[in-house]
Amino acid sequence: MTRISLTVDGATVADDVEPRMLLVQYLRERLGKTGTVIGCDTSNCGACTVHLDGQSVKSCNVLAVQADGATVTTIEGLAQNGTLHPVQEAFRECHGLQCGFCTPGMIMQSVDLLNNNPSPSEEEIRLGLEGNLCRCTGYHNIVRAVQHAAAQGSSTAGATS
Amino acid sequence: MIPAQFDYVAPASVEDALAALAEHGDDAKIIAGGQSLLPVLRMRLNAPEWIIDLGRIESLRGVRDDGDSIVIGAMTPHSVVGSDPLVAEHATLITRAVEHLADAQVRHRGTFGGALAHADPAGDLGAPVRALGASFVIQGPGGTRTVSADDFFVDLFETAIGDDEILTEVRVPKHTGWGAHYEKFVRVAHQWPIVAVAATVRVEGGTIAEARIGLTNMGSTPLRAAAVEAALAGQPATEAAVRAAAAHAAEGTHPPSDLNGDADYRRHLATVITRRAVLAAAGA
Ligand SMILES: Cc1cc2nc3c(=O)[nH]c(=O)nc-3n(C[C@H](O)[C@H](O)[C@H](O)COP(=O)(O)OP(=O)(O)OC[C@H]3O[C@@H](n4cnc5c(N)ncnc54)[C@H](O)[C@@H]3O)c2cc1C
Ligand code: FES
Ligand code: FES
Repeated sequence: MTRISLTVDGATVADDVEPRMLLVQYLRERLGKTGTVIGCDTSNCGACTVHLDGQSVKSCNVLAVQADGATVTTIEGLAQNGTLHPVQEAFRECHGLQCGFCTPGMIMQSVDLLNNNPSPSEEEIRLGLEGNLCRCTGYHNIVRAVQHAAAQGSSTAGATS
Repeated sequence: MIPAQFDYVAPASVEDALAALAEHGDDAKIIAGGQSLLPVLRMRLNAPEWIIDLGRIESLRGVRDDGDSIVIGAMTPHSVVGSDPLVAEHATLITRAVEHLADAQVRHRGTFGGALAHADPAGDLGAPVRALGASFVIQGPGGTRTVSADDFFVDLFETAIGDDEILTEVRVPKHTGWGAHYEKFVRVAHQWPIVAVAATVRVEGGTIAEARIGLTNMGSTPLRAAAVEAALAGQPATEAAVRAAAAHAAEGTHPPSDLNGDADYRRHLATVITRRAVLAAAGA
C-alpha cells in the first residue's frame, strides 16, 4: 500500500492504495465519483477524461499513485454552486449527446480545448476531440456545442480548471 | 482490466532511480508517462514486480539551448515539446511530428523519452530524430554515454538502453531555417501511422541544397531514406524533380504486412508520401 493525498473537486483526500490502482478506479470506487466512466480497455475512448493539475488526461491510463500531490477535477467538480459550467450548458442547449455515455469525457476534453484555444475553428475542435469516441451522435452536435460554448466565452465565464 | 500487483517507488533523482534499477534488476520496469506501459500492464502482457516512476525527477524535464544543439529532457511531455519555441525554431520537424501524435490527453502525459525508449516501429518520433541526426544520452551505473540515432534503434521495441540504464536526454543538432513536414498516413483518428515520412530540407534560391528524410513503419526500426536524400541534393524544388527522387523511397526498406496493408502497399505509399512530405517541407 502507498499513501497518497490529493485534491479532488476541491476537497482534500488521503488514502492508502495499491500501487496498481488506476486513477479512474480510485475516483469511482473509493471516492464514489461515478460521473467519470470507463468505456474501453485500451485507453482509446476518452470517456474517463479528467483534469490532472489543469490538463486533460485519460484517468484509466494514470495510476492513482502518480496523482499523489496533484489537483484533480472531474465532471462532478465543474458546476459551481449549482450552476452548470458553460460547456455543460452548451451540451444541453445544442443536444450534444444521445445516450450520454461519452459526455463526461467529451465535456472535460472540450473544457481543456477551450482553455488552450478560446475560439477554435471547426477543424481544431474535431482534432482537439480526437481522443474521445462517441458511438451515437456522429459528432456534429458535439462540435456545435463546443462552438456555442466558445461563442459564449466559456473559458472565462465558468470554473477554470 | 487492471495490472497485476507490483511495488512502486518514485525516486527524486536519476541516481536514486539507477540504484532502484540496480537493486531490482530484471524484476523492475521504468514508468515515464505510462501511456504505452500502462495499457501493456492492464492487458497483463507484462507483469513487473517493481515499477520505478521517473515522474518526480525534475531534472529530466524541459528543453534547453546548448550551442549547436537543443537538448530535450527525456521526461518532457509531448504537449510541452509540441509548443516549445526552441524546438519550433531549430527542430521544426519534431514540432510537426508531435502535432499529430496520439491525442491531446495522451500528449499531456506521454513523454519524448518514453516514446523513443518504447521504440514502437509505428511510433511518430523515431523517424524525425533519425532524420535530424539526434544523439541519445544514456546514464547507467558506470556513468553516462552518448549513442547516435543510427545506433539507438536496434529492433522492434528494442533500443541501445541497457536494463540497468536510463535515457536522460536527447540532443538534436540545430536545423535552423530548414523547412519541415511530417506526413502521416493513418486510417483512424489518434492512432499510429500505417506509413509516415519525416522530411526536412534546406532550400537555397529555389534549389534543395540538403534534404534529410526519415521513414516510420517501413521496417523494424525507423529508417533514413538515404537514396532519396542523395537524389534530392542540388535539385530544383519542383514537383517533377521531387517526384523522381521520391521514387527511391522504398529502397532498402523491409515494411511489415499486417491488417492495415501488405508490404507492397506500404512501399508504394512510401513513395507517394515522401513526395508530399518533401514538397510541403520545401514550401513548393
Ligand atoms: C490512445 C493512444 C494513442 C497513441 N497514439 C500514438 C501515435 O499516434 N503515435 C505515437 O508515436 N505514439 C502514440 N501513442 C503512444 C505515446 O506516444 C506514448 O506516450 C509513448 O509511446 C510512451 O511514452 P510514455 O512517456 O508514456 O512512456 P511509458 O509508457 O511510461 O514507457 C514506455 C516504455 O519505455 C520505457 N521508458 C520510458 N522512459 C524511459 C527512460 N527515460 N529510460 C529508459 N526507459 C524508459 C518504459 O520502461 C516502457 O518500457 C499512443 C498512446 C495511446 C494510449
Ligand atoms: S476508459 Fe479511459 S480511454 Fe476508454
Ligand atoms: S452520446 Fe452515446 S456515446 Fe456519445
